Amino acid sequence: MPAVSKGDGMRGLAVFISDIRNCKSKEAEIKRINKELANIRSKFKGDKALDGYSKKKYVCKLLFIFLLGHDIDFGHMEAVNLLSSNKYTEKQIGYLFISVLVNSNSDLIRLINNAIKNDLASRNPTFMNLALHCIANVGSREMAEAFASEIPRILVAGDTMDSVKQSAALCLLRLYRSSPELVPLGEWTARVVHLLNDQHLGVVTAATSLITTLAQKNPDDFKTSISLAVARLSRIVTSASIDLQDYTYYFVAAPWLSVKLLRLLQCYPPPEDAALRGRLTECLETILNKAQEPPKSKKVQHSNAKNAVLFEAISLIIHHDSEPTLLVRACNQLGQFLQHRETNLRYLALESMCTLASSEFSHEAVKTHMETVINALKTERDVSVRQRAVDLLYAMCDRSNAKQIVAEMLRYLETADYSIREEIVLKVAILAEKYAVDYTWYVDTILNLIRIAGDYVSEEVWYRVIQIVINRDDVQGYAAKTVFEALQAPACHENLVKVGGYILGEFGNLIAGDSRSSPLVQFNLLHSKFHLCSVPTRALLLSAYIKFINLFPEVKATIQDVLRSDSQLRNADVELQQRAVEYLRLSCVASTDILATVLEEMPPFPERESSILAKLKKKKGPGNLPDINNARRNVNGSSEHTETNEVTNQGSTPSFTDLLNLNSSPSTGASLLVDAFSDSATPASIDVNEENFPRFVCKNNGVLYENLLLQVGLRSEYRQNLGRIYVFYGNKTSAQFLNFSSSVTSPDTLKTQLNVHNKAVDPIVDGGAQVQQILNIECVSDFTDAPVLNIQFRYGGTLQNIAVKLPVMLNKFFQPTEMTSQDFFQRWKQLGAPQQEVQKIFKAKHPMDKEVTKAKILGFGVALLEGVDPNSENFVGAGIIHTKSTQVGCLLRLEPNTQAQMYRLTLRTSRDTVSQRLCELLSEQF
Amino acid sequence: MQFMLLFSRQGKLRLQKWYVPLSDKEKKKITRELVQTVLARKPKMCSFLEWRDLKIVYKRYASLYFCCAIEDQDNELITLEIIHRYVELLDKYFGSVCELDIIFNFEKAYFILDEFLLGGEAQETSKKNVLKAIEQADLLQEVRHGTNPIH
Repeated sequence: MPAVSKGDGMRGLAVFISDIRNCKSKEAEIKRINKELANIRSKFKGDKALDGYSKKKYVCKLLFIFLLGHDIDFGHMEAVNLLSSNKYTEKQIGYLFISVLVNSNSDLIRLINNAIKNDLASRNPTFMNLALHCIANVGSREMAEAFASEIPRILVAGDTMDSVKQSAALCLLRLYRSSPELVPLGEWTARVVHLLNDQHLGVVTAATSLITTLAQKNPDDFKTSISLAVARLSRIVTSASIDLQDYTYYFVAAPWLSVKLLRLLQCYPPPEDAALRGRLTECLETILNKAQEPPKSKKVQHSNAKNAVLFEAISLIIHHDSEPTLLVRACNQLGQFLQHRETNLRYLALESMCTLASSEFSHEAVKTHMETVINALKTERDVSVRQRAVDLLYAMCDRSNAKQIVAEMLRYLETADYSIREEIVLKVAILAEKYAVDYTWYVDTILNLIRIAGDYVSEEVWYRVIQIVINRDDVQGYAAKTVFEALQAPACHENLVKVGGYILGEFGNLIAGDSRSSPLVQFNLLHSKFHLCSVPTRALLLSAYIKFINLFPEVKATIQDVLRSDSQLRNADVELQQRAVEYLRLSCVASTDILATVLEEMPPFPERESSILAKLKKKKGPGNLPDINNARRNVNGSSEHTETNEVTNQGSTPSFTDLLNLNSSPSTGASLLVDAFSDSATPASIDVNEENFPRFVCKNNGVLYENLLLQVGLRSEYRQNLGRIYVFYGNKTSAQFLNFSSSVTSPDTLKTQLNVHNKAVDPIVDGGAQVQQILNIECVSDFTDAPVLNIQFRYGGTLQNIAVKLPVMLNKFFQPTEMTSQDFFQRWKQLGAPQQEVQKIFKAKHPMDKEVTKAKILGFGVALLEGVDPNSENFVGAGIIHTKSTQVGCLLRLEPNTQAQMYRLTLRTSRDTVSQRLCELLSEQF
Repeated sequence: MQFMLLFSRQGKLRLQKWYVPLSDKEKKKITRELVQTVLARKPKMCSFLEWRDLKIVYKRYASLYFCCAIEDQDNELITLEIIHRYVELLDKYFGSVCELDIIFNFEKAYFILDEFLLGGEAQETSKKNVLKAIEQADLLQEVRHGTNPIH
């Protein structure tokens, strides 16, 4: 047993501790403890009243046993009794026991609070401190309820001893942290701020922590603390090292207080008052200057304390983000630390530079250290330091250095610690996407990621590469070729199989011309991986197979055989079995054009923020991630950006499921199917065919034209004055179409009103295949006529010529407008001029069904305004036609007369031509 | 600061101070995890590491590890010196402190810590002032001593 230098030493306790230490085994220890517990229990229950000393000793033994990790379920009452002892040492042990072991047993809490109340009122500073320490250690709600109003009084009372003030300040801080609503600000707050001026540095130190915490939540109430904090800081940084006596730590003046003051100032933007701002800048410059001075001591404590203040000053400089010179100086200082022999400093420099990289003032300065950071990635022996280096490379990345940084990160990934691989993968994926100039580089990078660290490539990453490939037709062929090659490796990661399956299923046709990657070769390659994959991947592969049946009729039989095998049709997994059964059936019953419609290429995904970024944020927490996704931040603006991003993410998550479904959205898919079944073949004609034109007035998708050879399907999207039409040409025969071409022409007047750009299509359309063409449309001004789609191809030696009126109508550029009844009629009156109104009375061509009529009006593009027309049978709508040159507001009213089987349609718009055209279009629909 | 742990090279916990409310179960889990993580680190590695959403600052003195968990915006280096100041206080009080002093006088280790840190924040950084407070308390103890027989 060691010599106890001070204090009384409870011999019984020392003996017990010695016994425990001498136990040879865990069992022996437990035995000894149980013996002691039994002994203590019997003493506590015994008839003989225990004296204070014995009680203290047993309570202390219980505490020791608890701290060894054993449960203690008695002795609380004895500890509470000790609280009211008038012997300091007994009281002290009682409080220690309560602090460590208190549970929310309400009876006890009342007794404890009572004892605390007495001690707080005792005016004995030692007792008061014990009570305050106990409150600060327990910090429970019950204690906050009991003392939250009392402690501020003690804190600001003129006659309170310094040491009690210190305890009171931090005690209040703890209560505020756990139950802020129970600590109302009040008259005391202003007086607390003035503790920053206190003569006793210990009081200032404790008070600064309290003020910082309060100011974070209530910045306006503590604004006056800024000038006091600057003044105090200024006095400290300019003092000679001996001025502050015992508050000087290894020749550094009051380092703890300095750090706390700098921290407090980070609750606020730079001071507005020029003089104050100047004084603060001086302080910060002094701190930066001191870093260049030779050390006053070789002790690590000296450099740590000095640098602690320096790093906190740099944090403040970064937080203010307003003084370019200071930011660049800070960056240079950190640059020096990057090569310091102290690992701790290298670590912190990397960490701090990360935040500097996101300031527009210092981003370039940070970039100059890239080589050093890359070197750190290669040479640092400590994984936590390397992780900081990865973070910094990520933060300093921009278009100019992306290729190099991504390459270095990929290289590092090969040897990186398992613990940080997933994060590196996410970062590489984000950088590759964000700074991709050409998307072939992006595709290569992601495939490399999967090759190097496939296990760490999360779903978000491979979902994203597919989204991007689908949305960019310039990279699709390259992607198909690259995944095909990557899949050649005998052992490739399952994630590669997923990406490969998906991309070949969509775009395998783009490389099928090469005999080395013919349809059958592609299929056999994918299928060779099938049996090694998990269920979700197999399900995806089955979808790829059915897509193959559509893309390549020549492998249909092979794939059907696979689908038909027992291992598929009778698979124990419900999902796989269902897919196999359904796909097989689909491939047998559906005609090629139905297959082509059902299995057409995936539509582009809506543009949205990368889901990977969301994932990384979740992993790191918004605070830790330098915000590279937004413009370099301005003064204190970073948190706002992060929030908006988060909101966007939430909106986009559900659409992940899109990727594994065959149809992008069930509604369009269903309507396409109905069309495909209902349409019968119509004879070919060289005249402009406009038979199906009216069908598209109130809808955007469907079959536009069909004859024995060819089917033309459309899918269109419009937004304001822009539109995009996907035209699908399906070869219904088994032979090739040669010299296939299609273009859009417009009558002369229409050319100035409507711009249509079409991309060229592949001149060869294989038998059973489908090709897609994209038309981009811009509405310049209102128009009446429609463009014509001209299709030419050779089939069996004869030239086929087909012209179809393209359903681009004025109402496609509607944006629906909701308005109140009052607004509607006010506008209605404003548009009362004779040429603005067009009215038509006509006989119903279809059954007068209210729901159908509603759907048609909505499909027409206006908002259907319910409850506006006093007659509930009538329909009222409003919308705005967007053209490049102008916008035209439109109101319409449709009044059915079921008895007469008649309608009256009235259109009012600000332009007569618009009213006229809209009336023509809509009146044909009922 | 959210908590401070002192443990030996063998992984035995010698002192635990929690400044945030946690259940006993959570405390035990955190302790187990952290002791394992820190003991696995090699001597020359840096004193800071990310752990869950906290920063861990640790330093080894002879056979004892001192380990603090601080929040994201807290200052690592000053925390390292909080550890050092605490070691200095123990050293001064016990007269070149060793692990056994802390085992046999654990209550004193807690009292000293409470004078130095409260609610996870530095309360009094002057070594003299902290020791003065402890000595005054000891003095009250001595007075009691004279009047009561030792067990």
